[in-house]
Amino acid sequence: MGHPEIDFSGKKILVTGGSRGIGRSIVDSFCDSGGKVIILDLDKASAEQTVTELSSKGRDVSFLPLDVSDHHAVRQTIEGIIDREGQIDVLVNDAGVTLSKPFAECGEDDWDLVVGINLKGTFNTCNVIFPHMISRGYGKIVNIASIAGKLGGGFRGTAIYAASKAGVIGLTKGLAREGGPFGVNANAVCPGVIRTSMSESIPDEHKQKIIEMTPLGRFGEPREIGDVVAFLASDLASHITGEIMDVDGGIVKD
Amino acid sequence: MKFDLSGKVAVVSGASRGIGHAIALSMASCGADVAILDMDIEGASKTASDIASLGVRSEAYMVDVSKPAQIKEVFEKIMKIFGKIDILVNNAGVVSPKPFLETDEKEWDLIMGVNLKGVYNTCFTVLPHMIGNKYGKIVNIASIAGKTGGGFFGNTIYGTSKAGVIALTKGIAREAGPYGINVNAICPGPIETQMLADCPREVRERILSGVPLRRFGTPQDIANVAVFLASDLSSHMTGEITDVDGGIMRDG
Repeated sequence: MGHPEIDFSGKKILVTGGSRGIGRSIVDSFCDSGGKVIILDLDKASAEQTVTELSSKGRDVSFLPLDVSDHHAVRQTIEGIIDREGQIDVLVNDAGVTLSKPFAECGEDDWDLVVGINLKGTFNTCNVIFPHMISRGYGKIVNIASIAGKLGGGFRGTAIYAASKAGVIGLTKGLAREGGPFGVNANAVCPGVIRTSMSESIPDEHKQKIIEMTPLGRFGEPREIGDVVAFLASDLASHITGEIMDVDGGIVKD
Repeated sequence: MKFDLSGKVAVVSGASRGIGHAIALSMASCGADVAILDMDIEGASKTASDIASLGVRSEAYMVDVSKPAQIKEVFEKIMKIFGKIDILVNNAGVVSPKPFLETDEKEWDLIMGVNLKGVYNTCFTVLPHMIGNKYGKIVNIASIAGKTGGGFFGNTIYGTSKAGVIALTKGIAREAGPYGINVNAICPGPIETQMLADCPREVRERILSGVPLRRFGTPQDIANVAVFLASDLSSHMTGEITDVDGGIMRDG
């Protein structure tokens, strides 16, 4: 009978946006489970700090700079990693930006930026990794979406942000359907409001409104996202695919 | 990362075989003491003795979950012996394949009684205790049938009972969240069991063609998720309905 344990020893994991906040906690969870993590991020300073901190604890983690919205750069970087490492077992798409501007104040530039990073960025990495995972008959993709993608925004992001995350949800389901027969699992995590430096800037009365909608009565901690991501990427969740998992203290109840 | 359930007490209904058995054993292997509720006292006792060999405490109780008085009585026994309840897994359930027009009121009452009222009975009895401790994890085993209205091995009435479990899960999550209690459900898809193995090949193939992972689930697949939902790794999840179905539903 099973003795369940989340174990990534011998496994190699790519995490986009893994330098800080939720992404950093995702990296922590994989490292704590014995995995080798490569962070892909635009924020060089945070990423290098993260690598230094974790390496000093004996974790196997490294960093490469990458703008996920740049398809060519994504292809070059990830193909280079596959050549060097020989295998990538897990891809976590966490790189993303929010946009709090009301829709009536948004323009085409806002759309291109937010969709370019949040949705096309996820497409870009998956597009390069997918054939590799299929050829190995093994792969786990975990996309960080948001409850905004289900609710149309309303917390920190607005309609454009919501659209980008709803797109990530749709993409995840399609990848699950197409990748399933080849041993590739694709799932998404929808965080609610998570306590990070970004959430500090939410006005107090808005914070209060959010707490009132949250059965657990609090924001989530970044590590509470990291652990769910690690679980979904593990072999313990091998029969879960195409699942959109809300980690939001009970706001959506979907 | 380990799931550390040491020092925790789990109550699992329907653990004499199949999914419930796998859940009970997996929780025990992560350190939990396990109280088992089942109509099949022989099977439940075997599960309890399998668990005892893992070095934790386990007791089997013969209980019909559809009877509130029996739930109340067994809860008192468990409190005496185990001292507390941290985790409640509602897995006990019955299935029926009968087409809607071939069912009758008796079948409705039986399926609703065990599958839905059984979950109500246990939750109603255990929740005040969890609220008092400001800690609790409830994991309800529903089914994708609750979302599709049956159609695989369970019929319409079965699907209805499981849809009820889904709503009950969300409602208790909403009401008990402020007290620090997490309530979630798992919707298994078709699970590899003897019943499935006995199916004609065309039926198996037809079902499998709708499963992206091209295989049926195992009891351990469900048990792994149950342990995750009973652990503190899922501490910010509540009211969530997790399909463990090889990708059939691809639902929110």
